Amino acid sequence: MSADLPPTNDLTPVSAKTSASANTDTDTDELIRFDKVTKRFGRNTVLDNLCFSVRPGKHVTLIGPSGSGKTTILRLLMTLVRPDEGTITVSGDQLFPAGPKEVREIRKNIGMVFQQFNLFPNMSVLRNVTEAPVRVLGLGKDEAEARGRELLDLVGLGDRCGAKPSQLSGGQQQRVAIARALAMRPKILLLDEVTSALDPELVAGVLDVLRDIARTTDITMLCVTHEMNFARDISDEVLMFDSGKVIESGPPERIFSAPEHERTREFLGAVL
Amino acid sequence: MNGWDWSAVADFMPRFWDGLLLTLQVLVLGSLLSFSLGLVWAIGFRSDTRLVRWPVQAVTEFIRNTPLLVQLFFFFFVLPEWGVQFSGLTTGTLAIGLHYSTYTAQVYRAGIDAVPAGQWEAATALSLPLPRTWIAVILPQAIRRIVPALGNYVISMLKDTPLLAGISVLEMLQQSRLESASTFQYTEPLTVVGIAFILIAYPASLLMRALERRLVR
Repeated sequence: MSADLPPTNDLTPVSAKTSASANTDTDTDELIRFDKVTKRFGRNTVLDNLCFSVRPGKHVTLIGPSGSGKTTILRLLMTLVRPDEGTITVSGDQLFPAGPKEVREIRKNIGMVFQQFNLFPNMSVLRNVTEAPVRVLGLGKDEAEARGRELLDLVGLGDRCGAKPSQLSGGQQQRVAIARALAMRPKILLLDEVTSALDPELVAGVLDVLRDIARTTDITMLCVTHEMNFARDISDEVLMFDSGKVIESGPPERIFSAPEHERTREFLGAVL
Repeated sequence: MNGWDWSAVADFMPRFWDGLLLTLQVLVLGSLLSFSLGLVWAIGFRSDTRLVRWPVQAVTEFIRNTPLLVQLFFFFFVLPEWGVQFSGLTTGTLAIGLHYSTYTAQVYRAGIDAVPAGQWEAATALSLPLPRTWIAVILPQAIRRIVPALGNYVISMLKDTPLLAGISVLEMLQQSRLESASTFQYTEPLTVVGIAFILIAYPASLLMRALERRLVR
């Protein structure tokens, strides 16, 4: 039943919004789609009638000054906040206003890594990684632990399975958080300024892990970062934000070497 | 003024032990009731619907801001007029448990609020079901703040048990009054009862302080 509901739920509004082109081929090719999304916090309009889409397997980096709404985009996709207007679809399924069951189904495909790691401090490193696969995906404990150890190996922490998060450095905690997100086998990985809370010498270890993932998997990545070299390395597309709008987008080579928009030039001049 | 009479102390002992036992019984059952009912209130505070949140807030504020003795009298003398009648002991235990549940509810609320929002967000991002989020993520972290504070309310509750004498529950104070009524010696029974409270409450409060140091970093 729940498999039938989402398509019937979203067909009407999406086709209504895109009636100008009415092109169903592009719809199926889009994994994520923001359609005229507006989000306000009080009087502050964080996202202003925003439209953009991401195709499967692409790595998209969102850059721009603080407060330009980049993080809000990730939080909307993770359903941590609701949009005031507009529609957000993932694989053609509308996120809002879906019922709690439908939202959970859509959300299972999305993983998120937070700026502050947000590991569960009361659980061991391994259990941080296995809790959701066991409880949400229904994996057996042994299977989940075997996969958890593999993932922790992948992020270079195979020997810290029994440690508590508080016993790890920030960089190590963030790598556990990456393993935890990957353990859910997400189609989409959201990276929210994942190195901003780290001491400078720990940043490289985390970015190396993410470069690996970008190179060796087909996970679609949406990345908010101030690490421009990293953005240049992994991105297929860079979106430059200012005041809740995308003011410029394109492949990283062009955005970083020949930005067209004045604000982009200013921003890159300040951070590079 | 008469001197201290050890034989009066010895005479009081059988009644005293009965009273102590009953006091501890009220304390244990009242605590368990306040712990569980308080959790129900605390979850009610967090409800998404005002239909739940407002009544829970109104009821708990009302109970918390009226004196326990008034509640005891109300339950013991007024409810029977509406056909609800329990023994003094049952009434006293229920009333003290209910009264303290409104305090423990605030303890739970504060403990839960102290868990960083990022923990809820991480649980959401992993699609953990809500009951699992509570059991595996939120409560284990909140408990470190909750346990010491609950312990302090148990000690307060202990010191409120003499109020049950007002509805003729045979706890320690009431036993001492019965003793005095038959022997006309007030000093010894009351002193024994007072010392008994100190001997329980003071070590318990030291224990809670130690626990707090260990649990709350």
